[in-house]
Amino acid sequence: MTTPERLTRQEVAHVADLARLQLTEAELDLFTGQLAEILDHAADVASLDLTGVAPTAHAMAVTNVLRPDVVAPGVDRDELLGQAPSVEDHRFRVPRILGEAP
Amino acid sequence: MTDPSRRPAVALAAAVRSGERSATEVVEEHLATISQDDGTIHAFNLVTADEARARATAIDRQVARGEDPGPLAGVPVALKDNLCTRGLPTTCSSKILGGWRPPYDATVVTRLHAAGAVMVGKTNMDEFAMGSSTENSAFGPTRNPHDTDRVPGGSSGGSAAAVAAGFAPLALGSDTGGSIRQPAAFCGVVGMKPTYGTVSRYGLVAFASSLDQIGPFANSVADAAQLFDVIGGHDPADSTSLNRPTPRALSVVDDGVDGLTVGVLTEYLEGVDDEVAARTRAAADALAAAGARVEEISVPEVLLGLSAYYLIAPAEASSNLARYDGVRFGLRVDAEDTTTMNTATRSAGFGAEVKRRIMLGTYALSAGYMDAYYNQALRVRTKIIEGFAAAYRTCDVLLGPTTPTTAFAIGEKVDDPMTMYRSDVCTIPTNLAGHPAISVPFGTSTAGLPIGVQLLAPALAESTLFRAAAVVEAAADQGGRT
Repeated sequence: MTTPERLTRQEVAHVADLARLQLTEAELDLFTGQLAEILDHAADVASLDLTGVAPTAHAMAVTNVLRPDVVAPGVDRDELLGQAPSVEDHRFRVPRILGEAP
Repeated sequence: MTDPSRRPAVALAAAVRSGERSATEVVEEHLATISQDDGTIHAFNLVTADEARARATAIDRQVARGEDPGPLAGVPVALKDNLCTRGLPTTCSSKILGGWRPPYDATVVTRLHAAGAVMVGKTNMDEFAMGSSTENSAFGPTRNPHDTDRVPGGSSGGSAAAVAAGFAPLALGSDTGGSIRQPAAFCGVVGMKPTYGTVSRYGLVAFASSLDQIGPFANSVADAAQLFDVIGGHDPADSTSLNRPTPRALSVVDDGVDGLTVGVLTEYLEGVDDEVAARTRAAADALAAAGARVEEISVPEVLLGLSAYYLIAPAEASSNLARYDGVRFGLRVDAEDTTTMNTATRSAGFGAEVKRRIMLGTYALSAGYMDAYYNQALRVRTKIIEGFAAAYRTCDVLLGPTTPTTAFAIGEKVDDPMTMYRSDVCTIPTNLAGHPAISVPFGTSTAGLPIGVQLLAPALAESTLFRAAAVVEAAADQGGRT
């Protein structure tokens, strides 16, 4: 396994965009240096030859967890909607999601 | 070992159950200590005085009627502010959850209630449990009760400080990479991370779901054992909850270590402060004196834990924290379209460390890098599990320091993430393996700061872990200074 190239400012900007975060120019500079340093440390892991070692996503995995098919009360709808920043007609209200305003 | 001073929470509950003391009196005492000292310490984001008083009154009525309120009758408990409490603010010390009141209680909260415990407040933490000092809180840092210029550790720093300052004899925290054990060591209290799946995560706001586990803080090993007994056990509401008998804790805590083999973990003694290493060796001597066989053992794989953790945990966090988008709860920063609103909300609502980890995780999972970073870290996780398994073929428990240093100064590491991350080096491998571990106070440094030693055990070996911890604690009581 080879270690990837050092992280660039452009990659950090791209990752921030993927994660829906807007960074100032100063934050972009700061985070690029800090994240690159963390990834440099991770080179000890990235550079290991672990061919044939199975990955572990979960140390105590349990599978096929089912519950009896019985009706039980859930969380009250109005209580949930009461937590939302904006609600209309028993639904979450958001600004427009497509190009044109309604 | 039935001296009540050695198990203050258990003794308090016994006094309330027998009618010797009222829950009201106990709760008022603790609320008075909080109002006197928490202005300085800032352990709490919220003190629930009214709810606590009402609860205490109800418990006193139960006792008067001849009913048993439960094993934690009238005992004040502080809850980390990432545990959902119905109708009460649950902030994760983040601006993005401003105004949110959960519509349900976490399972641990329900179980505490059923055991007669009284919640006195929600404790400060690093935002979304990401940090090792409680400085990454949107509401300002918590101070270490032993030295208010120093951090209490983190991320459960408020819970550790609350117990150390006498605000509550018990507290709950969550431990993803050491967030219970590290602050316990820094604050001179007992802190324990259970086997993954033994304590329900239902109602614990997720950080890294394959690593997060709720656990107890207490002033004594027996009290921590009692709290573990109360919160542990299968919960159908958490699909990762283990459906098997929970190991016993309080009933075995005084069983001693005669016949057990303790492995002193070589790698954990490398690069730690001399005083911390010396106290760890002294704890090994105490276990040997109590009848354990003590040997040195090497698990070289643990040295890769730090790097693997800081790829896996951010990867899981980047996914878990995608839900904070300004749509269903918490903060919304308005904008003309939804994507801009999502971005504006997240940019204003998250602090710097949370942003760093979301970006690190997004990067580690992104096309072209996922195999080199995330999948590779998961293979390292397998190697760490195999390394521990080899050690546990000859050892019942492992011993090491909890942290490489004692509590550091506020501001000392906050601008240097990689240096901050290194304070988790001795606690992280346990989370990657899903195992239980406990930090026990074992004396102080020459500067008078608490030192914690850590005991580790294989999955579901909590009974052994608590037995060994009680032996270390008893030795610490007989003179701990280096």
